[in-house]
Amino acid sequence: MDAPVIETFEKVEDIEIRLLLEALYVRYHYDFRNYAMGSVKRRLRQACEQMGFATISALQEKILHDETMLPRLLGYLTVQVSEMFRDPSYFRAIREKVVPHLKTYSSLKIWIAGCSCGEEVYSLAILFREEGLEDRTIFYATDINQDALQAAEAGVYNLDRVQLFTENHRKSGGRSSLSDYYKAGYGRVSFDRSLRERVVFSDHSLVTDAVFGEMQLISCRNVMIYFDRTLQDRAVGLFKDSLARKGFLGIGAKENLRFSAHADGFKEFVREEKIYQRVGL
Amino acid sequence: MTAYRPRAIVIGASAGALEALTVILPSLPSDFRAPIIIVVHIPSDKRSVLAELFRAKCRIQVIDVEDKEPLKPATAYFAPPDYHLLVEDTETLGLTYEEPVLFSRPSIDVLFESAADVYGSDVTAILLTGANQDGAKGLVAVAEAGGQVIVQDPETAFAAAMPEAGLRLCPNAEVLSLDGICAYLRRIG
Repeated sequence: MDAPVIETFEKVEDIEIRLLLEALYVRYHYDFRNYAMGSVKRRLRQACEQMGFATISALQEKILHDETMLPRLLGYLTVQVSEMFRDPSYFRAIREKVVPHLKTYSSLKIWIAGCSCGEEVYSLAILFREEGLEDRTIFYATDINQDALQAAEAGVYNLDRVQLFTENHRKSGGRSSLSDYYKAGYGRVSFDRSLRERVVFSDHSLVTDAVFGEMQLISCRNVMIYFDRTLQDRAVGLFKDSLARKGFLGIGAKENLRFSAHADGFKEFVREEKIYQRVGL
Repeated sequence: MTAYRPRAIVIGASAGALEALTVILPSLPSDFRAPIIIVVHIPSDKRSVLAELFRAKCRIQVIDVEDKEPLKPATAYFAPPDYHLLVEDTETLGLTYEEPVLFSRPSIDVLFESAADVYGSDVTAILLTGANQDGAKGLVAVAEAGGQVIVQDPETAFAAAMPEAGLRLCPNAEVLSLDGICAYLRRIG
């Protein structure tokens, strides 16, 4: 007798992905279950191909039994692509429109959520120094990827990226020369230690962790694009609860709060730069 | 036999895209059923004017995609410069900032592959003029999932390399002129 065929609309690969993400959560408490599927699928295929696994199930077996594989897989699942002063017009808007408000506070808490390798942390630290706000500010730089956090804390970047960083900084309305803030050598640049004196680097997940302070500005750009709608709602809710009255939230140039369940908690502050202000407190 | 009625159309184009799309998009009626999702290679530091440009010429809606953009009928969606555009599910588009693929971001392959994953046989992929190899692998993904694949006749393309690369990897793709593509779309849409 033939084995009964179970009718299913879920493709085998989709089942494998669901199971792998469940395994990652149960075994290591990394929760990618509500990440945007299209991009997770691409990156898991990439991981399998480059790590030499024929199927995602094979990858799952390895990852469950060998925890040394975890950082490598996380490297695929979390996208670490950024640049300093990326979208210079965003930083210009922070400088020209947001900073005047921030200047009215005697102490400031700024959260860079999903800070990756730190490019945006150093960008904001430099901007705040240029605008005379650095001394009254604490920056919280958070990410779920330990390797990225370590890179962020080190503040070392390849020399070939510096031309772009410099150009971006200039376009952002920079009042100093970027070269004032780093030392070059051996094909790398190392950013000045003093820039991170006011920065707390910390492991924090927008998926599973909670509010940890009351912020005047949260910058979270091109992080939530990797989340599905449900998870985006959670993250935006977390930002809403973390912002002080009239606090600011900056998101990526192609992100939008209009699709969010918490859209009511914010008003557009600089519409074209996706800078929002908390309302209704 | 019931007529093939794909749930979405995906289009990729590079060099010569503007001229080609100027033939195709304005030819579509305002009640065109399927969403049309488009990747055009544009320099990453340029603000895209594509949607603005076509909005004035088209009877269908034309939108610059933002993350989690809902898919609607009779609407053309353009990928923003410097992001990959993916179909997330049958109702939603997503963006990512992963590494460029074949030096391209947005990448036609990334869009086509995600469309094949989500729609299976219910999508038509159209590869137009271009001077690189992007889109060829994506065509294969759509064809393997059972969707229809169309390549602009390289003879009539402004730049033949991209449709030629598509045909090399996907020799069974239907080869059509721009007018042929318009006629096809009016038939299925």
